[in-house]
Amino acid sequence: MALTDPTGAATQPSRRRALTRRRARSVAGTVLSLALTLLGLLLVTFVIGRVMPIDPVLKVVGDRATQAQYDAAYIAMGLDQPLIVQFLSYVGDVLRGDFGRSISTGQPVAQDIARVFPATFELAALGTFIGVAIGVPLGVIAAARRGGIIDQIARVVALVGYSMPIFWLGLMGLLVFYGMLGWVGGPGRQGILYDGMVPNVTGMILVDSLLARDWAAFRDAFSHIILPASLLGYYSLAYISRMTRSFMLEQLSAEYITTARVKGLSERAVIWGHAFRNIAIPLVTVIALSFGSLLEGSVLTEIIFSWPGLGSYITRGLLSGDMNAVLGGTVVVGVCFVLLNLFSDILYRFLDPRST
Amino acid sequence: MTFHLTTRALLLASALALSPAAWAETPADTLVVAHTIDDIISLDPAQSFEFAGNDVNNNTYDRLVDFDPLDPDAGFQPSLATAWEVSEDGLSITFTLREDVTFHSGNPLRAADAAWSLQRAVKLDKTPAFILTQFGFTADNVDQMITADGNTLTLTLDQPYAPSFVLNCLTANIASVVDMETVMANEVDGDLGNAWLSTNEAGSGAYVLAAWRPNEQVQLTAYEEYWQGAPEMKRVIVRNVSESSAQRLLLEQGDIDVARNLTPTDVESVAAVEGVSVQDEPRGRILYMGLNQKDELLSNPAVIEAMKHLVDYEGITGSFLKGQFVTHQTFLPLGYLGVLEEQPWTYDIEKARQILTDAGIEGGTITTRVRDLREYIDVAQTLQASMAQVGLTLNIEQMTGAQVLDAYRAREVPIFLGEWGPDYSDPNTNAATFAFNPDNSDEAAAVGLLAWRNAYEVPAEMNEATVAATLEQDADARAALYQDIQRQYQAEAPIVPLFQRIEQVGLRDGVQNWWSGGAISSVMYRQVTKGE
Amino acid sequence: MSAMTRPPESRRDWLLSDAPQTRRQARLGAIYQGWLTFRANRLAMVGLIVLVVLIGMAILAPWISPQNPYAQNLANRLQPPSAAHWLGTDALGRDILSRLIHGSRITLFIVGTVALIAPVIGLLIGTVAGFAGGWVDQVLMRVTDIFLAFPKLILALAFVAALGPSIGNAVLALALTAWPPYARLARAETLTIRNADFIAAARLQGAGRLRLLIRHIWPLCLSSLIVRVALDMAGIILSAAGLGFLGLGAQPPLPEWGAMISDGRGYILDFWWVAAMPGIAIFLVSMAFNLLGDGLRDVLDPKGDKS
Repeated sequence: MALTDPTGAATQPSRRRALTRRRARSVAGTVLSLALTLLGLLLVTFVIGRVMPIDPVLKVVGDRATQAQYDAAYIAMGLDQPLIVQFLSYVGDVLRGDFGRSISTGQPVAQDIARVFPATFELAALGTFIGVAIGVPLGVIAAARRGGIIDQIARVVALVGYSMPIFWLGLMGLLVFYGMLGWVGGPGRQGILYDGMVPNVTGMILVDSLLARDWAAFRDAFSHIILPASLLGYYSLAYISRMTRSFMLEQLSAEYITTARVKGLSERAVIWGHAFRNIAIPLVTVIALSFGSLLEGSVLTEIIFSWPGLGSYITRGLLSGDMNAVLGGTVVVGVCFVLLNLFSDILYRFLDPRST
Repeated sequence: MTFHLTTRALLLASALALSPAAWAETPADTLVVAHTIDDIISLDPAQSFEFAGNDVNNNTYDRLVDFDPLDPDAGFQPSLATAWEVSEDGLSITFTLREDVTFHSGNPLRAADAAWSLQRAVKLDKTPAFILTQFGFTADNVDQMITADGNTLTLTLDQPYAPSFVLNCLTANIASVVDMETVMANEVDGDLGNAWLSTNEAGSGAYVLAAWRPNEQVQLTAYEEYWQGAPEMKRVIVRNVSESSAQRLLLEQGDIDVARNLTPTDVESVAAVEGVSVQDEPRGRILYMGLNQKDELLSNPAVIEAMKHLVDYEGITGSFLKGQFVTHQTFLPLGYLGVLEEQPWTYDIEKARQILTDAGIEGGTITTRVRDLREYIDVAQTLQASMAQVGLTLNIEQMTGAQVLDAYRAREVPIFLGEWGPDYSDPNTNAATFAFNPDNSDEAAAVGLLAWRNAYEVPAEMNEATVAATLEQDADARAALYQDIQRQYQAEAPIVPLFQRIEQVGLRDGVQNWWSGGAISSVMYRQVTKGE
Repeated sequence: MSAMTRPPESRRDWLLSDAPQTRRQARLGAIYQGWLTFRANRLAMVGLIVLVVLIGMAILAPWISPQNPYAQNLANRLQPPSAAHWLGTDALGRDILSRLIHGSRITLFIVGTVALIAPVIGLLIGTVAGFAGGWVDQVLMRVTDIFLAFPKLILALAFVAALGPSIGNAVLALALTAWPPYARLARAETLTIRNADFIAAARLQGAGRLRLLIRHIWPLCLSSLIVRVALDMAGIILSAAGLGFLGLGAQPPLPEWGAMISDGRGYILDFWWVAAMPGIAIFLVSMAFNLLGDGLRDVLDPKGDKS
């Protein structure tokens, strides 16, 4: 999925004013509204699950079940209860940390998520890292030499990133870099030799293999993750470089920059020391948003790269009526999103010099 | 500053990744299989009814009788039971069990375990239970009908069924023998260990379940104490790879030994690659077209007849289903007792048009639902195109398998295109669903029967013949009975078998004795070897 | 004051006049100015031309497509690009070029409908929230947050699964998942405008709240929304293609581009053109929308990201 910018950050001034207002609100208010958002999220997901014409009972009992077997499963799954009772008992379970059992894996949803979430997190984190490592300098340079060749290149790179269907790029990348050149590992997270060789600590194989100081396993995991992560990184790069450029342009046209130039500071110092420092906070927000959208938006990448992550877990659950899996997955994505928002809010509140 | 640091990190990282790494081949004692295994819901043999789940259980459990993976055509063979005897009246079968078998837990396998396993399956009454309950077992009577005494086990039947019918059913996954003590130690709330066994294993088979990560991987390790000798492959890893192109790349690169879901074009290309070969194996699944008799247009005999000539059998099996399906126009799969080899229908637009014109049918529109699998959608689209040529409009809605199945069981799919896989290795498995429907009313809710789902009112004599065939003791006479049923079926039934599935397995050179389970069973790994 | 007393002026001069004499002249002049700015942006012009070609293609599809996009020929399947089939044939032997040409109608339909629905919902919710403030704002923004926090593709999938798969429902699902960012944007704009002097002036003149909203606030939010829509179009095309790729968009045999890629992915290793041609088409059109959006931003929203 192409990255979209869910807060409308395109209009910075107005956005900042909204954030100033928000800054004024008490932490308690923020927490309350977060809780409400999450509850609403649960409710929407729950309702979707119940109006979906996909029958979870059939998934459990299968094609050949008799009507009696079907009815027995229907009651065992509590579907004969009124909707509101089902919802309340679900929320009660969630509050106690019980996300129920997935009907398509037969395992507790919490256990499933503990397995699939690190996979997605690892992929999104590396993707964001690539996006930041290339996108930020690119955006800064493009803004500093506006209209120059780097600016033009950055623009084309970003527009191509916005315009490319990811599933197609993924398939092509797999064909070229794995099939033809053999530079990277194939679909999946690990080569078969290394599977299960590294003790599972975080669930992120790169981290786990580092912890175990198993360089061969790290190398193997890296060779598998680099292609899908680069792909996600490209999308993140396209977005981050554009936003960086736009923030920088705004700063560079500000008076204090002119003053700094007049004082005879080197261009390098003006750009990195003054302008860049001032865009750090909005930039962090953009990066957090981009990270959030990679967490939720990597479904197609996961499918193409046989990556056993959260996106494909939720999608598969959705298509088989496995609502416990979908609810659990959505809550996790929602919590991440909300936490990222909270994180950038707090940054604004405590770090923005103008807020004091 | 950050800029420089990160550049260096990136360069370092890409150097790591891009240096010409030699990805080693799979280890010599490990078999790595790529397969779509996201359909596993439960690994409890009393419950598992999906292909991938049965693939696992077939290797972790033993049954009383079983197939020889090196000679599957020989039919069921002694396994845990060394011999069996049918009583004079045909109402009971007594099995003698081996006494040298131990479960993976170390517990000895006794006749009591075998009897309890069957009783348990009947009492749990999960979806596949009908394979056993069709012999008259119920939760109430099964403790008396299935008994163990020393090293023998006796089944008491409600009617004198053909022994081959009973024994074929005992090769099914649901008849797997589980370790009673281990399972009961994990019982929760009187569930007979169902929850525990759904994700664990308590068998005596050639492999032990080492790990199952849903939608990701199944790992099996060899059981060194296996009574038929420890298998040569010490580790079997089945990875979930859903894209055919990904499976193909993995196979070509030598990262896997076996690829089980290759599309026809990928098969064609992979066959030309050095170090890889393709093995064809007919499976039991029949792709058929069900014409719902609730639909006014489709219940017209002329339309039924015309539809049989609107399928481009040769074109389809010569193009997008090439190598993966063969034209097969009867409901019993090749490899089953009594299968009919006649193929009465050909693709003939003119003939279809003539039939419709003679019956005074001008045209019509049908909207149907098709499962979103490439094969089915492509078949549906070719059908759509040829129907258009005779004035029939077909609208296709693609949906997930669950949605189509839901509608199908509610008798709401006008033209069903999909596959049916046999549940056990006896012809009754398909006859009892295609050609048996004692009560066609909505209230009967015989949702498990294909004939009912298509609202096909099976003629009384066909219903009776289907039942009679299960009681015929003589094998040749039984085969003849099934042939008669199939002929009548071809002549009039609105359910039209079209193709039979061929599994094309991509194998790295050196992999020998691979068997996917043919038309009758599931995959077996214990006989597989890898040269050099 | 009559035209006779002045030297005859060209239409261009009339449009660029510093002292427009009528409201209409002023407005047309402003549009013309914008057009000149836009035209100076060569890339944006490329985008515009591509889109004009696309629209032309969609209108003329039945006349310019070389073959019937639905005509199957199993004997002639998976043919590489040639004189007979410029872009080759697909798995059922259909001409890919003809399918692409007919598919442009579907793409335009998707883009057009989503572009009409999503910003309107967003504008309504956002401006009402921003203008009303208080608990209305709270409630509406919580709802917006909920939809924002929801994984987008999954929400769209759920909608389509619930409504039944069809191109119309796919469009609806995309529109229903695309509105929250617009709502946020419109709310932010409203908050900045709300306390402006001219609004206070209008209020003093006795303008009702509804009138303020419709006559004064909406028009001011429009330009940033339009820019946003143009920039989002590419994302919408890609999302629609993603739905098609998952089999939940257009139904066969409709030649929707995403579904065509999905069809072709099984053949991607040996018959690259089957998936690549629709892939390139999607890429070109999304690119065109992005270029156009960039150009429009210069014209309509000069305070934003200028290029």
